[in-house]
Amino acid sequence: MSRDNILHKIRTALGRGAGQAVADPPPARIRIPQVAVDDRIASVLERVRALAGQAVVADDPRAYVANAIAGKTAVASNAPFLVECGITSLSGVRSGIRDREELRQLCATADAGITSADYALADTGSLVLLSSPNEARMISLLPPAHIAIVPRTRILTGLDELFSILPSPAEASSSMVLITGPSRTADIEQILVRGVHGPGSLTVVVV
Amino acid sequence: MSTEFARKSHDALVDPKLQLAIYTSTARLKQNRIDAVSPAALPDYQELRAQANAIKKHTIDNLDHYLEEFERNVAAHGGHVVYCKDGTEVSDFILSLAKERASHLIVKSKSMTTEEVDLNERLEHHGLESVETDLGEYILQLAHERPYHIVAPALHMTRYQVADLFERELRAPRETVIEKQTMLARSVLREKFLAADIGISGANFLIADSGAVVIVENEGNARLTTSAPKIHIAVAGIEKVIPRAQDLATFLKLLARSATGQLLSVYTSFLSGPRRAGEIDGPEEFYVVLLDNGRTRLLPDKGKRQSLYCIRCGACLNTCPVYRKIGGHSFPWVYSGPIGAILTPQFMGIQHEPALPFASSLCGACGEVCPVKIDIPKVLLELRSEVKKSDAREGRNRLEKLGFRGFAWLMTHPRLFEMAGRVGRSMGWPASRKGPLGAWLSERDLPPLPAHSFREMWRRR
Repeated sequence: MSRDNILHKIRTALGRGAGQAVADPPPARIRIPQVAVDDRIASVLERVRALAGQAVVADDPRAYVANAIAGKTAVASNAPFLVECGITSLSGVRSGIRDREELRQLCATADAGITSADYALADTGSLVLLSSPNEARMISLLPPAHIAIVPRTRILTGLDELFSILPSPAEASSSMVLITGPSRTADIEQILVRGVHGPGSLTVVVV
Repeated sequence: MSTEFARKSHDALVDPKLQLAIYTSTARLKQNRIDAVSPAALPDYQELRAQANAIKKHTIDNLDHYLEEFERNVAAHGGHVVYCKDGTEVSDFILSLAKERASHLIVKSKSMTTEEVDLNERLEHHGLESVETDLGEYILQLAHERPYHIVAPALHMTRYQVADLFERELRAPRETVIEKQTMLARSVLREKFLAADIGISGANFLIADSGAVVIVENEGNARLTTSAPKIHIAVAGIEKVIPRAQDLATFLKLLARSATGQLLSVYTSFLSGPRRAGEIDGPEEFYVVLLDNGRTRLLPDKGKRQSLYCIRCGACLNTCPVYRKIGGHSFPWVYSGPIGAILTPQFMGIQHEPALPFASSLCGACGEVCPVKIDIPKVLLELRSEVKKSDAREGRNRLEKLGFRGFAWLMTHPRLFEMAGRVGRSMGWPASRKGPLGAWLSERDLPPLPAHSFREMWRRR
């Protein structure tokens, strides 16, 4: 088996013994700026819009989403926050799905996927989604449009604060994804095209 | 210089369309990076580079420790780590897994590491269908070409070439609008994602303290590859490991900015094992293939070991005056540009393409832009010295040595030297461009001999 052979080669080359202790790595570099909540919200809106996404602060997220998906079909995640906002009961919205195949079929045909987000990052305009029984991966991925409903208290300053709050994301979930703008490619002649595989439309609703 | 490298470089130089494509694409990527790391945009850029370098150095210097930690943590979350020494072992592993699970269709997201070992060809040779899903990689797979650039694989192709290709390979009506071409590829590949049994991805980082694989991308194809099929296999070089999830706060700020000028790529996936209890989707099985494929050869030399710090951002390609003229396909292996010029000879052996370390003006631009501060010019110099030593050992430079010894002797005999000069001028030196002297001169320019030597002018005054 190659495992022992490769590890042996590495140790020999580095002059190390098996199980030999290691000095501490350089301390992780975490710098969290002080940014007021309102400024964080303003920054998220600005960044998402700069990436051709839509971003709003909504007092009534239910009404906003109802308007956004009027006449269309949508799949909503099982996040309690979406129920709280009254989004799962909107007409045209399917929610509460627990079966993998059923969810895939719905997501493959729906016009929009609606999720919450565990966090948003102010300085990059990113959404942070941890997959769980409440947040399936396909909802933010298969439909051509993604609408994310984010509580304003969940907006962090940036990556440093995220990894300070979540130093071990693997403890929290098998999958954490940072979403920064709509899906895009520039693989043909460097011309930007949105929605190549993931959603070409991204809407961030701050509540 | 090897004829193959010289010939391909020459072909690229005389192709005006290709020159324009390389120039404009790299100019755009280069400027995007400059803007994204400017002091106004990222005041602590140099500190981040220093931190990234220090972390990479620490990890590579203790690589066995971090690989074992990574392995333990992958296992703790229900995943499996498989060490492979080369491409044969990688494909053997995947083939046997595919056979056990009765899998036939594989979707792949972009991975330079799998390009190293021609994974698609190996799998297809055994009857599996393995489909690249990154738009650029998909185009190249249809065209049977290898990536032209680390981050912009189909940089050299025009929309018209893509139109011809799609018409021929997908039997679709000819389409030259880039947006429609993209949507055509999307619909073909969407079917593949939903039908695939196995997804194979690369990895930008392996996180030792989490047992996680981190993948950055813009299209969403890597997310689909790693979450739609029931089996996810990540193939990564052993050097991709970093100690902690918190180190991503450093590396993620550097990677996308250096590659394309984005603050972050659209999707950054942090994946630690198969889906957990209650999760509705995500893979049921999770494997990480740790590939050596020559990497351990780079470890003994403390100076050149830093070549393994590379995070594949492509910034050195975009800024390199040589890459920007000769392009990616002139290089003999999957890695091109300055980083290719130092990785290829070290992975494949110095004599695989001995001209590579010399295909540089040593201007230093690559080292300046490297986000992890690899001193590429220094490694190039060390490799040059190795090529020369190896030439000497093999006696390949016997004639050159003899020539220089003769020249030194001539220089120490002024009368003879003057006479030789006179003869040379009257004959039109160098008289012949054939034979070993001609070969030597094919990549060197000798100054023309002046009409009168210094001595003659001195005497005349």
